[in-house]
Amino acid sequence: MAAQASRLKVSQIGAVTQVEFVDRNILDESNIQQISDEICGLVDDQPTPLVLIRFGNVEHLSSAALGALITINNRIKGKDGKLRLTEIDSQIREVFTITKLDKIFLIFDDADEAMASLT
Amino acid sequence: MNSRGSDHDEAFFAMEVDLPYCELNIEQIQVEVANQLCSRAYPKEGVFAVRLAIEEALVNAYRHGNKKDSGKRVTFQCSIDATVAQFEVSDEGPGFDISSVPDPTDEANLEIPSGRGLLLMREYMTKVEFVPPGNRVRMSYQRIAE
Repeated sequence: MAAQASRLKVSQIGAVTQVEFVDRNILDESNIQQISDEICGLVDDQPTPLVLIRFGNVEHLSSAALGALITINNRIKGKDGKLRLTEIDSQIREVFTITKLDKIFLIFDDADEAMASLT
Repeated sequence: MNSRGSDHDEAFFAMEVDLPYCELNIEQIQVEVANQLCSRAYPKEGVFAVRLAIEEALVNAYRHGNKKDSGKRVTFQCSIDATVAQFEVSDEGPGFDISSVPDPTDEANLEIPSGRGLLLMREYMTKVEFVPPGNRVRMSYQRIAE
């Protein structure tokens, strides 16, 4: 069976793993599971993961996507790593506020500031 | 997917989908609804809200109503005119007691990955109501006059 195409663009900048999304909509359950598995795999590969997730391309996300981010955050915290979120569209940012997930995620408007907070 | 506009009112649109979840194309439904809202000049915040609420309602019907049995049916109905967009989603499950759903914004629940769909539906839609025994949700988005 052919491998599924990655739904992420991943780059390594020094010690920081930077993740961007291929999809504009992070809604579909199977896509979300794939994204979660891919990022958790990246986290598992590092002793102390430093991860920056950029949402610049994302227009919609669902509560299932929020759940995946929580799972990823818990995995990173379990390894004493750090997760930062950045470039989140204002409407999606409101979703984080409504759910109060802005209390557990560190969210930066600016990707450079997010990167600086990781290093 | 059955959809129609009224013979008497070009501004009216209605759609009904009744399929096993595995045959349901949620994105196709969302795109069709978004197109209908945009053509009636609903604000982009409204289109975002409706799209999100539809996703959450349909996924809830599959996950919690039909207990992830993708062969069980989910029914989606909508009617849209220039002032209000109304939706109804039902599943084959036994329903649930809405008061038993934990508050996902409670400090103790913040790091639990699931349980936010209902909150988002209520926050983003003008009105959300569950029809007893709880396997049918009706929700509406009222367009605010500019």
